Amino acid sequence: MKVSRELYSDMQNQVAPKSKSYKNIPLAFVIGGLICVIGQLLISMFMSFDFEQKEASAWASIILVGASALFTGLGLYEKIAKHAGAGTLVPITGFANSISSSALEFKSEGFILGVGAKIFTIAGPVILYGTTASIIFGLIYYFIR
Amino acid sequence: MSNGIKRLQTPVSILSYASVVGKKEGEGPMNSYFDKIFDDSYLGEDTWEKAESKLQQTAVLTALEKADLLPENIDLIFAGDLINQCTSSTFGLRPLEIPFLGIYGACSTMAEGLITGSIAMSAGVGEKIVATTSSHFSTAERQFRFPLSYGGQRTPTSQWTCTASGAIVLTKDVQFPQVTGFCIGKITDLGVTDANNMGAAMAPAAADTLVRWFNETGNKPEQYDAIVTGDLGIIGSELFCDLVMKQGYDVTSVHKDCGVMIFDPETQDTHAGGSGCGCSASILCGYFLPKLRTGELCRILFLATGALMSPTLTQQGESIPSISHLVELIGTVNKT
Amino acid sequence: MIMDCILAFIFGGLLCAIGQVLIDYTKLTPARILTGYVVAGVILSAVGLYPKFVEFAGAGATVPLTGFGNLLAEGVREAIDEKGFLGVFTGGLTAGAGGIAAALLFGLIISLIFKPKDK
Repeated sequence: MKVSRELYSDMQNQVAPKSKSYKNIPLAFVIGGLICVIGQLLISMFMSFDFEQKEASAWASIILVGASALFTGLGLYEKIAKHAGAGTLVPITGFANSISSSALEFKSEGFILGVGAKIFTIAGPVILYGTTASIIFGLIYYFIR
Repeated sequence: MSNGIKRLQTPVSILSYASVVGKKEGEGPMNSYFDKIFDDSYLGEDTWEKAESKLQQTAVLTALEKADLLPENIDLIFAGDLINQCTSSTFGLRPLEIPFLGIYGACSTMAEGLITGSIAMSAGVGEKIVATTSSHFSTAERQFRFPLSYGGQRTPTSQWTCTASGAIVLTKDVQFPQVTGFCIGKITDLGVTDANNMGAAMAPAAADTLVRWFNETGNKPEQYDAIVTGDLGIIGSELFCDLVMKQGYDVTSVHKDCGVMIFDPETQDTHAGGSGCGCSASILCGYFLPKLRTGELCRILFLATGALMSPTLTQQGESIPSISHLVELIGTVNKT
Repeated sequence: MIMDCILAFIFGGLLCAIGQVLIDYTKLTPARILTGYVVAGVILSAVGLYPKFVEFAGAGATVPLTGFGNLLAEGVREAIDEKGFLGVFTGGLTAGAGGIAAALLFGLIISLIFKPKDK
């Protein structure tokens, strides 16, 4: 008998292994939560040095980004991410990892068209659509405020 | 020859073969079968692309060395790989100065090379012809997926591209093992769009080729000691056996898959198994051909499987067309 | 401070757990999920919810990428209040500049120092 695309799709669903969500979700929660706790500790530290809330928060982000880049360079970030999944993807450290891993990866093609051009391969859409959304919001806000 | 199927009047003999692999493959269940295991994934080079080129070159040189041959003794080489414009082959083989024909069949390249090599041999193009292919985890990863140090989670259906290469020297003299027939695959597509589920995409191609072979030749699965698929992996293998069963042949007891054999999914975290041109090439050259030579295996079918996709077409939402070529091989016992 | 940390852990963890649900149960790729988070952050901030969330969840709200979206939207709001229409364009990236500039600089430094490693 000839197997149709529909039948084959059913066959695939029967054998497809499920993601181990019972493990993945708690791990994402715990590791993502811990990264946020580190962020909170950094914010508290900077606030104790008399920075205002927003400045302290910005400094905390910069330090998290730096640590993430270092872990990426040492090859540790992806080792943690393999288990943490969204726990290392969703925090700002995941954004930094996507930038530094692209930069590192395309070093072999040179610093202009390799690192320079490819650094935004994964992070580009985040900046593009984040900025666009904020501009759309800005237009609405400007006219209705 | 009809519909891509050919039984060779004069079989084509295999003189020599070699398999070289990377560290992870060398730590897997098949580690004692390979000729060379490189512990350094860069093979002493400074980029992944150069490393794969060297891997393929090493496989060819090792196969030649095992038969006391030099590159100048080779009349023609068929080679291909996964990297854009088949550069692992062209750059790796550049210093050998062997007449070269590049081929592309994604992970089915080893079978494609054996078939084109056998055709060339039968046509009297040369006396010593080489077929080779390679793949490297890191070159494939950066071309098809994400940067190596990017923290993404692999899906349970994903397969691990092997850092591996295999090379086979065909000869005009009578030797065993021999290529006794082949079936050229058709481009098959049952609509799988998930590039992380290559086994499922390729299984229909392998099933189609195998069923066509059985129907055309009248042979039965029981006549083979092993029916070896390339890199369907755990999920693809199950689908392959199902598909073949639906068409009236039960191959479950003789089916082996190189992608399943090369890694231990429990300890090596390879999910659905190995993949890549080098996966089936290194297992064929390291495990099956030696067993055919000693006579431990009499007759096998080798069906390397390839997913003919590119990141561009996947991003355009296309499904993944696949192909599988079949080669019939006989061992020493069949000497008559 | 301990209470702040607990709140950051719970809400930051929850945002990550939602991301994991999206990975496991939908066909969304990580890049799409991140983009979705940032845009969601902008929208939630635009309707005024996210700044309140930041007030009690602290880093649990600012560290996930939705916080980055919030930062962009807040920046636009403040810039418009100060500079008028120009703020529509300058507000977002100015507010997000710290994180983006740091990620770029550190990325470049990392690419100078290290070599990609095999898995």
